[in-house]
Amino acid sequence: MNRKRADGDEASAGPPNTDVLRALVAGARQRITSAEDLAALSAVEAELTGRRSALATWKRELGGLDEAARRELGGELNEKRRVLEALIAERRAALVEVARAGVLEADRLDLTEVIPAPGPGHPHLVTRIREELEDIFLGMGYEIAEGPEVETDWYNFTALNMPPDHPARSGQDSFYVDLGDGESVLLRTHTSPVQIHLLERGVLPIYAVMPGLVYRRDTPDASHLPVFHQLEGLVVDRGITFGDLAGTIETFTKAIFGEDVRARLRPGYFPFTEPSAEFDISCTICGGVGCRTCSGVGWIELGGCGLVHPAVLESTGVDPEVWSGFAFGFGIDRVAIMRHGIEDMRAFIENDVRFLAGC
Amino acid sequence: MRVPLSWLSEFTPLDVDAADADGVAALGAELDSLGLVVEAVEHVGGGLAGVVVARVVEIRPIPGADRIRLALVDAGGDEPVEVVCGAWNYVVGDVVPFATVGAVLAGGVEITRRKMRGVTSNGMLCSATELGLGADASGLFILASTGTADGSLPAGLALGTPIAEYLGLVADVVYELEVEPNRPDCLCVAGVARDLAARRHLPFAIPQPVVAENGPPVGSLASVVIEAPGACRRFAARVVTGITTVASPRDVQRRLILSGMRPIHSVVDASNYTMLELGQPTHPYDLDRLPGRGLRVRFARPGETLITLDGEARVFGVERHRSGGERPVDDLLICDADDVPVGIAGVMGGESSEIAPGTSAVLIEAADFSAMAVGRTARRQQLRTEASTRFWRGIDPEGPVRAADRVAGLIVAAALAAGAAPPVVAAGVIDLQPTPVVRRTIHLRPGRLNVLLGTSLRTDAIAGYLAPIGFATEPDSAGLAVTVPPFRPDVEREVDVIEEVARHLGYEHIAPTRKRSPGVGLLTAHQADRRRLAGLVAGYGADEAWTSSIVNPGHERKLGTGTAPVELVNPIVREESALRTSLLPGLLGCLRQNASVRNPAVRLFEIGHVFAHPGAGVTLPVEREQLGVVLGFDGDGAPEAVRLWQGIAEGLGLADGGLGLVQDQPGSRAVLAGAGALGCHPTRTAAVAGADASGTVGTVGFVGEVDPAALEAFNLAGRRVGWLVLDTVRLFALRRREGRGPVLSRFPSSDIDLSFTLDSSVPAARLGSVVRAAAGEYCEDVRLVDVFRGPGLSPGLRSLTFRLRFVAPDRTLTDADVAVARARCIAAAEAELGAGLRG
Repeated sequence: MNRKRADGDEASAGPPNTDVLRALVAGARQRITSAEDLAALSAVEAELTGRRSALATWKRELGGLDEAARRELGGELNEKRRVLEALIAERRAALVEVARAGVLEADRLDLTEVIPAPGPGHPHLVTRIREELEDIFLGMGYEIAEGPEVETDWYNFTALNMPPDHPARSGQDSFYVDLGDGESVLLRTHTSPVQIHLLERGVLPIYAVMPGLVYRRDTPDASHLPVFHQLEGLVVDRGITFGDLAGTIETFTKAIFGEDVRARLRPGYFPFTEPSAEFDISCTICGGVGCRTCSGVGWIELGGCGLVHPAVLESTGVDPEVWSGFAFGFGIDRVAIMRHGIEDMRAFIENDVRFLAGC
Repeated sequence: MRVPLSWLSEFTPLDVDAADADGVAALGAELDSLGLVVEAVEHVGGGLAGVVVARVVEIRPIPGADRIRLALVDAGGDEPVEVVCGAWNYVVGDVVPFATVGAVLAGGVEITRRKMRGVTSNGMLCSATELGLGADASGLFILASTGTADGSLPAGLALGTPIAEYLGLVADVVYELEVEPNRPDCLCVAGVARDLAARRHLPFAIPQPVVAENGPPVGSLASVVIEAPGACRRFAARVVTGITTVASPRDVQRRLILSGMRPIHSVVDASNYTMLELGQPTHPYDLDRLPGRGLRVRFARPGETLITLDGEARVFGVERHRSGGERPVDDLLICDADDVPVGIAGVMGGESSEIAPGTSAVLIEAADFSAMAVGRTARRQQLRTEASTRFWRGIDPEGPVRAADRVAGLIVAAALAAGAAPPVVAAGVIDLQPTPVVRRTIHLRPGRLNVLLGTSLRTDAIAGYLAPIGFATEPDSAGLAVTVPPFRPDVEREVDVIEEVARHLGYEHIAPTRKRSPGVGLLTAHQADRRRLAGLVAGYGADEAWTSSIVNPGHERKLGTGTAPVELVNPIVREESALRTSLLPGLLGCLRQNASVRNPAVRLFEIGHVFAHPGAGVTLPVEREQLGVVLGFDGDGAPEAVRLWQGIAEGLGLADGGLGLVQDQPGSRAVLAGAGALGCHPTRTAAVAGADASGTVGTVGFVGEVDPAALEAFNLAGRRVGWLVLDTVRLFALRRREGRGPVLSRFPSSDIDLSFTLDSSVPAARLGSVVRAAAGEYCEDVRLVDVFRGPGLSPGLRSLTFRLRFVAPDRTLTDADVAVARARCIAAAEAELGAGLRG
């Protein structure tokens, strides 16, 4: 109805007066805002501002007016056109937004309904701890040395100043294999044979750690496996002191367990070091005041260490008067147990994927 | 080693009150710092109200009960009291602790009247542990064994006396110490006291034993002959006659109990007490039961036998091999004058000359047997005793005479305290010393000490640390001549003395210093590659497993004829007795384990060593590091394993040249006959081949599936499991792509797909190679994109679609260029392999 009136009445009735124009704009505004979609809006646009619109017709008819009337009406027509165009643009933007929202809504996805794909697997906890330890020592400029797991008794015992009757050499504590003469080839009981190989290499100084599997003849229980991981360290240089050993133990235990952890050395005994020490760290559970984990003493025994026994250096052709060194060792699995609260070591070799993926 | 504080204080004025918690803790910390690890601190001697001394007057069985008996005890009242007791180590006449109704024991247990099997128990007979008096929980704490129901009590004591009064209980502290193998001197109270006195700068002295000799010369009563001077460096003996065995004085009993031993009677107690106090084991013989009244020390003849004090009949002089054979061994025995064995030297005495209630004459042996002789025999006999442990660690070779004196003195003192007739001590000591003890002298350079410890101690300070622990020093040209005390056989060279100084200085007083490596810390190429490899495999969905390298040899045999494994000579169990030759059995075991707990399907990998028997003349096994991966997801199989291998090759940046999969053709087993193919599926496995830096092509492993028979052997029948095994050393040696970045064409490429029909017996890879060779210089990539069998194809044929990408560095290729190459590919496929283009 509106449209008919605009087309018929005003276009044919000669130049519009102000009231007519105002009415046109008012009517147009109503039609524009009630256009329901982009197509309807385009149709309204054509009727209001297109070639056949009242505005266009009046503009064409301006030529018949005098100069002053033409200028006045022309300006007015242009202004009304701009108003209408602005109204249309505004309405179009709103309709585009509505359309886009509709499309997007139709595209909605619940991201919690995504079916999981098999994810990446996990390195073993012991591997992760081992690499973390390796990285600490790499950062201290150490190399990582490795060696075979089956050794002769020379590398595992004799060169390490362990006399023939040392209890560890008995078949009670070590696994011997069906090679060599008598009981002379065994599964290494520590990674110390790698120290001997390093010393025999004859390249000094040595700053190295040796991680790896070792074997002891223990029946598996919650805190023992016959196969376990150890990390030992060996430093041989000119003028290495017991103070250097104490400082190194302090440095790496803080790197592993945190800055708040304190380390202490107590006299101990190992055939391959002299002076020998056990090293403890302040209990990581109670911070050193005493709790069940540390049996109330505030300290947890971590490993053994000491200055390399001159007999060990001599057995590998290194002059102990020129070179001195220290060595230390501890269980990688034990660090894993302490850090992750693992109650039964046998979980390590059961390989239940819930365990492998869980810690 | 259990050390009572009160006993320690007898050698040095420690001035620590048992009730002073701080003082007790401080002393414990000092013991720790000295390397005498305190494993436990026990406070003893409190409470025990209501526990009295009682004598067993009758023991009756309880009908229907075979573990408990009814004991009637005389606790000083008018009538004997009935008590039910489950111990079996007592007889009528024994004097025991009796907890009356209402008494509270060490653990807080309150004694009530109880009815068991129709019998009322009016209290409880106690063990030492129940009274908080020591570690012996094996039976009743026998205070005295009089042999008869009306036997005598130690003088001045009445039945019904409170136990605390009877034992003279005083508050005391027991330190339980772990003594390291290099500290034999601290296997006795005096030795521990010496270390503590040195640390505290206190005086220390071992009192000289008092023995009043009042008998005939010892030589007229007994004789000793050493026939094995190498194994018995000294033998001292005293003889005491006119003995009645009595209960030891309270203090002696109390200390034995606190140290974890059970008082027996004055003679045995004297021997044990002396060992705990001075570290020297001794042995008392009933002289009247020693034929010939003499001893001979000699090695056993093969097959000689002896019944030891524990009632065991033992054989000496031979050792059985695991293989079953026998060889002669040296076992040091003590024999009587008729040459019949009466004891194992340094380990345990024999039954025949045991001190018994009727014993009146005792020969006390205090000898220095060699560590080797005692240690080996104790090990062979599986008989570790307090004595053998001390000989094995090494005793003070200058100590035997003092110990013999101390035992004699204690026996006499016990008799006098009990009001028994005074025993007669023979004059003099039999003291044979075939090898005189020479004290060791070590030259200590103070400069060397300071260099090793990182200290700056003056020479007199060093001497000051050494003197209190028995190391005499004398200035010499090198610095100090240090004379090692005889009770420190472990100190052999300069560095051992340096450790002693460090110990008494206190490790905590050596300042930590930061020593850094002058080098750069880098992983080796192998270590870096191994980390990358593990990351690639984990990224493929596999969890890393850790399986034992000690395996069941039967499991390996289940997988086929692998190489013979290296076997353990002394396995713990038969099921774990060989070194693995392959990672597969362990990983299949893990699949099985996960299946048994209904875990979802898994992929697992492991990087570890495998072992093979070496050739003749080689001592060590062939040891190689391998990667093993089992792919057990639903739908996994050989294709996934191949894709994993391709991912690894890509991830490691392996060069294409020489890389390939080599598979057995129908009828052939050549590839799978190779080492390392254990458990591989015969028709779904290929060898992984590659060329190393020198261009040599070799096998680095196998890829495919696990043999169904192997899966069945591991209870995994009916599944497909992908399997990849790679030798890491060989893998990492393969040639890598050159580091130079590829020059990329800026012109668009043209892709074409070519589908061929090819006989199934011809590997797709061969057709790929033919196509690649024929495609010419502009072909950048040839890739298999589809395989199809089925309708429209004759049986035995399959369709293979390759996608070829052509690109020129300097221009856009025309359709004509590509058409020429396409035609060449089609012609070559037809000519070389009879492959037809599929319409």
